[in-house]
Amino acid sequence: MRLILSAALLLLSSSLLAESRVHETVLENGMKVIVKEDHRAPIMVSQVWYKVGASYEPDGITGISHALEHMMFKGTKAHKPGEFSRIIAQNGGSENAFTGRDYTAYFQTMSSDRLEIAMELEADRMRFLTLPAEEFAKEIEVVKEERRLRTEDKPTGQVYEHFSALAYRSLPYANPVIGWMNDLEHMQVEDLSDWYRLWYAPNNATLVVVGDVNPQDVFKLAEKYFGPLKREAIPKLKPLREPEQKGEARSVVKVPANEPYLIMGYKTPALTTAEKSWEPYALEMLVAVLDGGNSARFSRRLVRGSEVAVSAGAEYNAFTRLPGMLLIDGTPAQGRTMDELEKALRQEIARLRSELVTEEELERVRTQVIASKVFELDSVFNQAMEIGMLETVGLDWRLIDQYVTALKQITPEQVREVAERYLVDDNLTVTQLVPLPMDNTKPQRRIKGGRHDI
Amino acid sequence: MIFDRRSIRWLVLVAVAWSGQLWAGPDIQSWQTSKGARVLYVEAPELPMVDLRIVFDAGSARDAVPGVASLTNALLEEGAGDWSADEIAERLDSVGSEMTSSAHRDMAWVSARTLTEKHALTKTLDTLAQVVSAPRFDMAELERNRKAMLTSLSHDEQSPGSVAQKAFMKTLFKEHPYASPVEGTKESLTAITREDVLKHYQRYYVAKNAVIAIVGAVDRQEAARMAELITDGLEAGERAPELPMVSQLDAATAVDIQFPSSQSHILMGQPGIYRGDPDYFVLYVGNHILGGSGLVSLLSEEVREKRGLSYSVYSYFSPMRRNGPFLIGAQTQNAKAQEALTVIRQTLARFVEQGPSEDELTAAKQNITGGFPLRIASNSKILEYLAMLGFYDLPLDYLNVFVSKINGVTREQIREAFQRRVQPENLITVVVGNEQKANTVN
Repeated sequence: MRLILSAALLLLSSSLLAESRVHETVLENGMKVIVKEDHRAPIMVSQVWYKVGASYEPDGITGISHALEHMMFKGTKAHKPGEFSRIIAQNGGSENAFTGRDYTAYFQTMSSDRLEIAMELEADRMRFLTLPAEEFAKEIEVVKEERRLRTEDKPTGQVYEHFSALAYRSLPYANPVIGWMNDLEHMQVEDLSDWYRLWYAPNNATLVVVGDVNPQDVFKLAEKYFGPLKREAIPKLKPLREPEQKGEARSVVKVPANEPYLIMGYKTPALTTAEKSWEPYALEMLVAVLDGGNSARFSRRLVRGSEVAVSAGAEYNAFTRLPGMLLIDGTPAQGRTMDELEKALRQEIARLRSELVTEEELERVRTQVIASKVFELDSVFNQAMEIGMLETVGLDWRLIDQYVTALKQITPEQVREVAERYLVDDNLTVTQLVPLPMDNTKPQRRIKGGRHDI
Repeated sequence: MIFDRRSIRWLVLVAVAWSGQLWAGPDIQSWQTSKGARVLYVEAPELPMVDLRIVFDAGSARDAVPGVASLTNALLEEGAGDWSADEIAERLDSVGSEMTSSAHRDMAWVSARTLTEKHALTKTLDTLAQVVSAPRFDMAELERNRKAMLTSLSHDEQSPGSVAQKAFMKTLFKEHPYASPVEGTKESLTAITREDVLKHYQRYYVAKNAVIAIVGAVDRQEAARMAELITDGLEAGERAPELPMVSQLDAATAVDIQFPSSQSHILMGQPGIYRGDPDYFVLYVGNHILGGSGLVSLLSEEVREKRGLSYSVYSYFSPMRRNGPFLIGAQTQNAKAQEALTVIRQTLARFVEQGPSEDELTAAKQNITGGFPLRIASNSKILEYLAMLGFYDLPLDYLNVFVSKINGVTREQIREAFQRRVQPENLITVVVGNEQKANTVN
């Protein structure tokens, strides 16, 4: 096993590491520009990341970051509504945008000789959006349709929304990225103008360009288009923390559905907030031991093995602005009950607290992580995502390279230690989907978090 | 200002178009393995990895019992040769490789992605070879996967989008083999026997019925060795027989399905085109303008941008071995379903009658040709193309001539082809939602 890993590591020669290919600069107005060279194909992706998202939103205007993202395509002083998209399309580009809890980002993937066009348009809409009321009136309806599609009519989406709302007592991660329907119904275009003024400025943005480009040329273009933009006084963020949970929280969600489903979450630290910086890496290892591939414990023991689950997953993200949760979800196999499934999942967690994971399991994860780092280089988009996300949650893109090293150092004892500290019942939230008959034809309200494209 | 900017862009486009070099597709090499499988290969030396896919003409169009193609495909990784499902998973995970398999109407395939480091490559290839040529189809695994497919079916039934898709395909393909639902039905899944699976496997998972696509940092000799290794254990067999033609519709059909949802899911369409269809490029460009170009398409402009009716509205031709669907889709709150239907019908009718404007055509060509480099910018995208070209026996210069084919399309061709191939008066209209009275034809 050792041999495989070291051989694979050799393949990860310095030319594959981010450090050797990434160049960065900060414009005088505070905008950060990060360029990663990738000359495999004559294309590039340009992404502008703003430090604003659902976790920045106060009650009453949840979903405003996402609604504003939609309106960013609705015209500036220089360009009519929809013109942004038409110009990008005419230049062979594909474009979109996405909003998350911690970020709002816009991107264009184009032939690399078209970078200037993307930059000019992005710089324009960073400061000169017009937000016409009549466009907003239509677009907020589109957003509501998006919510109906992703949440209201999707049972698992509903469960996730109610689960998050129950789990977080203080953090804004309690609210859905797309916003509560009530808040969308009362949103005004003036709310968006205020939000835009607060957060859309060069000193709150990061430009990431990955592809067949010359870093110095990119810096020059960035200076030309983003350089003249005025900086803003960006609101200072309070250090939000979740109060310690004092006991298990449970809820059910009853909606028309056929299949039961459950989500469990344990509050965990993130890299940005961890007192012990190794803990998030130990949690990443732990999650991969449970669900990193078809040979991991969930697949092997719950889907095959005892056949209690038709699917079971575990997820943890170390790279968030605020501390989140380690999530587990699953659906019982035919003929098995929710209680059986939950019991089996909790047994797997208990086992992590009482037994050491094996060196073999950790070695498997390390190898998978190294391979996936190589595979990821097949996509300029994913490379840019990684950089943009890290920077936007307040970390450093150099973590991309340090990540593998940090994971490698995690020991079985450390995995047990984070399980003992965080994966305990008093720190747990559980939400179960209780299916109602599908023949109920009354319209149902329904969910979800994650990402939302335009 | 705006005018200036546009003219500059136009110049850039012209310059790029004449340089020629950029439009060339990847250098595709092709040969047959000794067992008779066709190989398509592109060398991509930059990253120390290789992608590989073996595609069989073994999709649900070949179902003797609905769902057997999917079940057979799912069982390949669940035990093969000397290895159990656990051992196969372990072998792949231990070297960081990824294996996926999937069955559709035409194709059933297995893909693997691995580092080219020798140990990883060998272990992955050996595993893949066993998975395709020596699956065990153990009863226990069959039963577990049968149950998983039944759960998945019942999951689909709680999604208005899935319900609409299935209803559309069933109505579209009627008695044609494409009508067999890829996922099977409750009854058919319950009835499938191990014999059914074995029969499907033995008839269709054979070398002469397979195409192998390889993209990665291996040279031609190594790629040839890999292809031999994977097909070595397969029977030579025969290609699957020709499928019957898909019949055209001769009347409009409306399918209304009551569903406890807040939105109505609308699907409209008819049989479209096949891979290699002489109208392909003309209809591709035409559809790009109608509903294939995201936010800037005519349908998006009318349904989303002007009226705020739907988050997603689109149209596409999905060419298959035989005519696959031409499909328009949207979702809107139940109370607006009638309005959305009317707008979609009007937009389609106007487009079929008038065709695109010169500006629309120019913009579409600029988008498609200017975006050509994006289509082949990663190993995984090239792999998709190789599998498609090989499976459908398309010419290897497909990507090299792609841009000139697109540039050659005229307004008149689009109008003529849409009028000949699309009959707005004979469409299937599926509406799944909570206020079905909305769905009346005209």
